Amino acid sequence: MPRTLLDIFPNPLIAVGIGITAVMTVLSVNTLFCIWFERKVSAWIQLRMGPMEVGFHGTMQTVADMVKLLGKQLVTPKGIDKPLYHLAPIVVFAPVVAAASLMPFSESVAITNTNIGLVLVFMFGGFASIGIFMGGWGSNNKYALLGAMRSVAQNISYEIPLILSSLSVVLLVGAMGREFAVDGGVIQANGMNLAHITGVQAQRGVWFLLLQPLAFIIFFIAVLAETNRAPFDIPEAESELIAGFHTEYSGMRFGLFFFAEFSNMFIGAMVATILFLGGWDGPVLPGPAWFFLKTYFLVFCMMWIRWTYPRLRFDQLMTFAWGILVPLSILNLLITAFLVKVF
Amino acid sequence: MAIAEQDIKRINRPEMNRLESSYLPEIVRGFGTTVRHLFTSFGQSKIPVIGASKTTRAMQYPEERREDMGVLEGGLEPSNFRGVHRLNRDAAGRVKCVACMMCPTICPANCIHIIAEESPWEDREKYPAKFEIDELRCIFCGMCEEACPVDAIELTPDYDFIGHTRQQMIFDKSKLLSIYDVTIDKKPM
Repeated sequence: MPRTLLDIFPNPLIAVGIGITAVMTVLSVNTLFCIWFERKVSAWIQLRMGPMEVGFHGTMQTVADMVKLLGKQLVTPKGIDKPLYHLAPIVVFAPVVAAASLMPFSESVAITNTNIGLVLVFMFGGFASIGIFMGGWGSNNKYALLGAMRSVAQNISYEIPLILSSLSVVLLVGAMGREFAVDGGVIQANGMNLAHITGVQAQRGVWFLLLQPLAFIIFFIAVLAETNRAPFDIPEAESELIAGFHTEYSGMRFGLFFFAEFSNMFIGAMVATILFLGGWDGPVLPGPAWFFLKTYFLVFCMMWIRWTYPRLRFDQLMTFAWGILVPLSILNLLITAFLVKVF
Repeated sequence: MAIAEQDIKRINRPEMNRLESSYLPEIVRGFGTTVRHLFTSFGQSKIPVIGASKTTRAMQYPEERREDMGVLEGGLEPSNFRGVHRLNRDAAGRVKCVACMMCPTICPANCIHIIAEESPWEDREKYPAKFEIDELRCIFCGMCEEACPVDAIELTPDYDFIGHTRQQMIFDKSKLLSIYDVTIDKKPM
């Protein structure tokens, strides 16, 4: 099992300091990379070349953009709900940092390791919709409010298939991890512990993608909707809502929303990697390398989907969640539970 | 009047079968289309990729210009490209135009404005005292060039001309004559 920072540094202040620094560094670099990569992927798919001027093939473009955002004036509109408006970017961004610190990215070291990791990830994911609604409500702008309302409706609907599809993995971990080897001993694996989920896949030599393909597809679609990515990006549908919930935000306040969006993508891909793709498990390369390779492959898939499909209409989105994804994930969960009980 | 029955062509769309009406095959095919584009795009890099087509190359415009490419590679042919106008000079360096009013007459965008006066020279009756082209109104159709009886007005291969105001984009006689001086090497008369 991975050692946590608290095992290595007994002083909790030092451990927390190192953990936050590490998570913030990884998230910042990831955001800078992802924005550049998204622009490149979209350009390649549309037979363009994307950013080419700043740095080698435009690699420094997002750094320049970030410097520009930091230097921009923060416009505060009239008639806003001041506390909500100013808190919203922080409420959107802070849970992302917390969720990112839960990820067991390697078999030897992790930042934290709890027995309720999966629950915490979904809890922090649910926070984002509160922050988005605070921003939309506080901005005193009809488009922002519409975007925020859509976002809340969408996030609540898609959280159900998201959690139901991951529950079938939790059941499998419980069933397959009855003799789970940890630190020389054998224990019953905990299905809510992210490190145990990965460890069971590594020890049994089978990724849950092969055992639960339907759950993976449902989970991935629900992650797309939870992170407000196209084709489910109706909370910020440019063609009808200007920019959705962050219409009234400028400068680095908008930057924080953007930061949170790309970090959420990253976290969604990491959770999908842990649940279905075996996390750090893989030959030859070290664990973290496999973990981030798989994560970035999933991030690439999210971009690929975004630049392939048009945006769904709101009623289509809701029908898709409640009419297709929820019944399918319940069915999948029931079949998994039945099979787990039988074998 | 209603459309007669024999003029209506009715097309029977094939019924979608159950698999097709779920749209799943087309959703999967969509992935194929975009990933094919993605790999074709790598042909745009300077480093050649095996199997990547060169035909889809996007140009990096300010650095790469069509003037520098061969015509068969999609380059610009200077002799018939329709860019900014010029007023040609004759051998003595005077404006060639005889103010016959053919070009403002044929101009579909009404962007040419000429004030004709009696010519100070022996060899013609009229000359343009004022000759103005509103380049913002112009649609670069080349009709003025076609209409001109003395080959005085011509379109040049230059297309990247700018102005900071609308007024600056109304080119007068001296400006049009100076364009002649600049472009005569690229496009001989």
